[in-house]
Amino acid sequence: MEPTKDELTKNKAKNKAEDGAPLLEVEDLHVRFKVRGRNVHAVNGLSYTLAEGETVAILGESGSGKSVAAQAVMGILDTPPAEITRGAVRLRGEELLGLPERRRRTYRGDRISMIFQDALSALNPVFTVGDQICEMYEVHRGMRRKDAKAKAVELMERVRIPSARQRLGDYPHQFSGGMRQRIMIAMALALEPDVLIADEPTTALDVTVQAQIMRLLADLQDELRMGLVLITHDLGVVAGVADRIVVMYAGTVAEQAPARELYARPAHPYTVGLLASVPRLDRRSGPLVPIKGAPPNPAALPPGCPFQPRCPRAEAICSEERPPLIQVGTAGHRAACHFAEEVYGAGSDANADSDG
Amino acid sequence: MTEPTKAERNAEAELRATAELSATAEPATAAGAATTAAVAEAGGLVSGQSASLWGDAWRDLRRRWIFWISAAILLAVTVLALAPGLFTDIGENENCDPNLSKQGPAGGHRFGTDLAGCDYYAHVVHGAWPTLLIGVSVTLFALLIAVVFGMIGGYYGGVWDGLIARITDIFFGLPFVLGATVILVAFPDHGIGAMTLVLVLLGWTTMIRIMRGQVIAVKDADYVQAARLLGASDLRIMRKHILPNAIAPVIVVATLNVGNVIAGEATLDFLGVGLQYPEVSWGLQLNQAQSYFVDHPHLLVFPALFLSATVLSFLMLGDAVRDALDPKLR
Amino acid sequence: MWRFIARRLLQAIPVFLGTTFLIYAMVFALPGDPIQALAGEKPLPPAVVNALREHYNLNDPLLVQYVKYLGGLLQGDLGETFDGQAVSDVLSGRWTVTAQLALTAWLFELVIGIGLGVWAGLRRGSLADTLVLGGTTLVIAVPVFVLGYTAQIVLGLNLGLFPTAGTEDGWPLSYLLPGMVLGSLGLSYVARLTRTSIAENLRADYVRTAYAKGLTKVRVVGRHTLRNSLIPVITYLGVDFGTLMGGAVVTEGIFNLPGIGQQVFQSIQLKEGPVVVGASTLLVLVFLVVNLAVDLLYGVLDPRIRRD
Repeated sequence: MEPTKDELTKNKAKNKAEDGAPLLEVEDLHVRFKVRGRNVHAVNGLSYTLAEGETVAILGESGSGKSVAAQAVMGILDTPPAEITRGAVRLRGEELLGLPERRRRTYRGDRISMIFQDALSALNPVFTVGDQICEMYEVHRGMRRKDAKAKAVELMERVRIPSARQRLGDYPHQFSGGMRQRIMIAMALALEPDVLIADEPTTALDVTVQAQIMRLLADLQDELRMGLVLITHDLGVVAGVADRIVVMYAGTVAEQAPARELYARPAHPYTVGLLASVPRLDRRSGPLVPIKGAPPNPAALPPGCPFQPRCPRAEAICSEERPPLIQVGTAGHRAACHFAEEVYGAGSDANADSDG
Repeated sequence: MTEPTKAERNAEAELRATAELSATAEPATAAGAATTAAVAEAGGLVSGQSASLWGDAWRDLRRRWIFWISAAILLAVTVLALAPGLFTDIGENENCDPNLSKQGPAGGHRFGTDLAGCDYYAHVVHGAWPTLLIGVSVTLFALLIAVVFGMIGGYYGGVWDGLIARITDIFFGLPFVLGATVILVAFPDHGIGAMTLVLVLLGWTTMIRIMRGQVIAVKDADYVQAARLLGASDLRIMRKHILPNAIAPVIVVATLNVGNVIAGEATLDFLGVGLQYPEVSWGLQLNQAQSYFVDHPHLLVFPALFLSATVLSFLMLGDAVRDALDPKLR
Repeated sequence: MWRFIARRLLQAIPVFLGTTFLIYAMVFALPGDPIQALAGEKPLPPAVVNALREHYNLNDPLLVQYVKYLGGLLQGDLGETFDGQAVSDVLSGRWTVTAQLALTAWLFELVIGIGLGVWAGLRRGSLADTLVLGGTTLVIAVPVFVLGYTAQIVLGLNLGLFPTAGTEDGWPLSYLLPGMVLGSLGLSYVARLTRTSIAENLRADYVRTAYAKGLTKVRVVGRHTLRNSLIPVITYLGVDFGTLMGGAVVTEGIFNLPGIGQQVFQSIQLKEGPVVVGASTLLVLVFLVVNLAVDLLYGVLDPRIRRD
């Protein structure tokens, strides 16, 4: 089976050579669920690009559509009830949506991988971790069990699982939460994918373990030059690692910006609210202020701006007209708010105050 | 850090399944939302607010045609059992003419006649009463045993639990037909009361196991702990907090059980060890006619049809209630 | 593992004793004097009666009788009938008939039940699913004797597809129709259980992971879903084998199969206590052994509950 592997490597090299096209490009993605005859718009126009070695964080509350969007990119949405109604997902310029499933499948795990929130339920309880990691090599590379096992041990050592060889025959429930997440990561990175989508990779873990896992991910990303899409609700996780941040609200993009820019000068009241509701280490701040209310039911979005019912700045126009995503400040900073410019400006004043 | 996880997963799952997002606002109000969501998540069949559980179930049930069909059939059978006079003027074993034995359905006898020349339709009508009475009363008694002893075993654990569990195992291991036959042969003059007793004796084990499991699942819930801290007595905790939250699956099984008891009773009648002449029941009708089914299919068809429809209705009703109670399946 | 087996065996002992004693007590509570019944109309001389009563331990209190019976059982002696036959001889020929019948029914449950369940579970909400669900509910609702006679008349007599009764055609031909009837109830439960279990497992997180790994649908379902889904089904199938052995009275009667159920049923009516107790004891034993085997199998299938 060696030729296949060579061929694939060559293929990858060829794709990398394709000039101009970014590693991953998501454009105007729309996902709809059909539930009991009703349409639920889970994702309404998500766009971002990801370069090699870059990290894009997708930030949002539960139900903001961030996980659904990730699964759409990965091609593992249940269709039906889900349906991708519009948009494009391009990997090195190649359109993935509409690709025959047979072809698409070979990309999953090989060129785009994904890790999930709760490794205990995301790993199959009745197979050993060795079985589950080896499966990647066996299915995608046609390797024999013996060779696959050797690779699996190598991989487990790489994600720093102690006495990897002995633990190959253990079942997921015999590992600690952090170790299980390492196994998920090892499995996802087995074939050295170009893109890794991490869906809340640390949410189920203790704070100290969270940091270890994030460091491991960052190290592996450097080593493999992967693009990383980090999906999370936790601003704390995003802070140190993300190059760019996309803030999602009720299926739409509220704001996207380079990470520093977003922290320094948010241009959407929702982002402002998010930042005010978590403790920050980078500056002294006042009391934590929660965002009032709850996110809207995606089955019955209010007309106009979806954040309007909770927005402290809302005016008449907000309940009538949906704000478009417009550029504010520097290139790459865009926000969907009728008052983006004002918020952006106010943010700079406020920051100037507290910085000074 | 585990609480927001639950809330998050719960909400995502709900989005995928029902599009009705639970109100969770992370990160600002994560703690409060997580608690609500965690309660909502646990509020499947195991615990949660029992009032809204039944309310939701009823709303769901109303939309199921299966529920209405089985309810209609059961209503009809109940009327048949309580007021047979509305359907036939002929009493049990009356107006029988041995010269008109085993006649097919025609003219005055719309279901034909049986071996003794009695009107088959009248007997089918009268057969509803013992069938329904035994099915329902056996289930009620078994339910009582299951609730009381399942509660004691599950709540207190220890020696009593072990004892109850072993006794349950012993009765569970008895083959139904053989066990019932031995008892029934030992007491030859048995009527509806004795049949009920025997069927209860052999039929309480399933429900008690479920009840016990439910009680164990519920008794460590936060609201039970809270009640205990507030000084509620054991009896009050069991009655007010555990029973309402543990009973749902037991009720479902009880509904299904009525169907099973009816089928079991009919089987014993059919074998000749159940109800005896001059009682009238569907199982007994089938027993008396069993050698003649090939040449006189009406003797098989009519009692079998009523019997099966009744059992089927209880099973469908139980299924519908279970589906309505289980939000995961919605 | 061995400690687990030992503990389960230890737990099974009181259940075995309790169940057999219960049957023993019930059988010996049967009215009428079996010794007098043996002699028919003619009264036996009191000396003979007494000797016979002594021989069958009938003069002892119930508990002593039972302990003596157990003592014999431990030496492989199931006792003898009142007309002097060894109970084991009476049962041996019958035992094979019932075992063949139960096995046939069990295979139906296994193959067709799981097959239908997988078929429906993979297509939840489709026509196939509705058909399986409706069909199995119907089968569960129709009492087995109604089903038995209907199958015998329609499939056996009218259509001539199967032998209608007796064992002349041997296994499997003679046992096909009765096996189907006997297994129909379990088959329905197996199909429904499989269906629910598959549908539930298809929504599991690890199935999503399997798709994300780039596995084919066949592999995701066949390798990652089926094994997890079948754990409860196999448990059910195991326990049901015991039930099939003990619950064949009606089917054996309809199809005129000289099995253990028929023998016991007749023996009860004839007040042949030793046969009833002997056969029931064997049935209970089968039931307990099968349950133990299922528990062990469960540990093998689901590593999460492997015992040390």
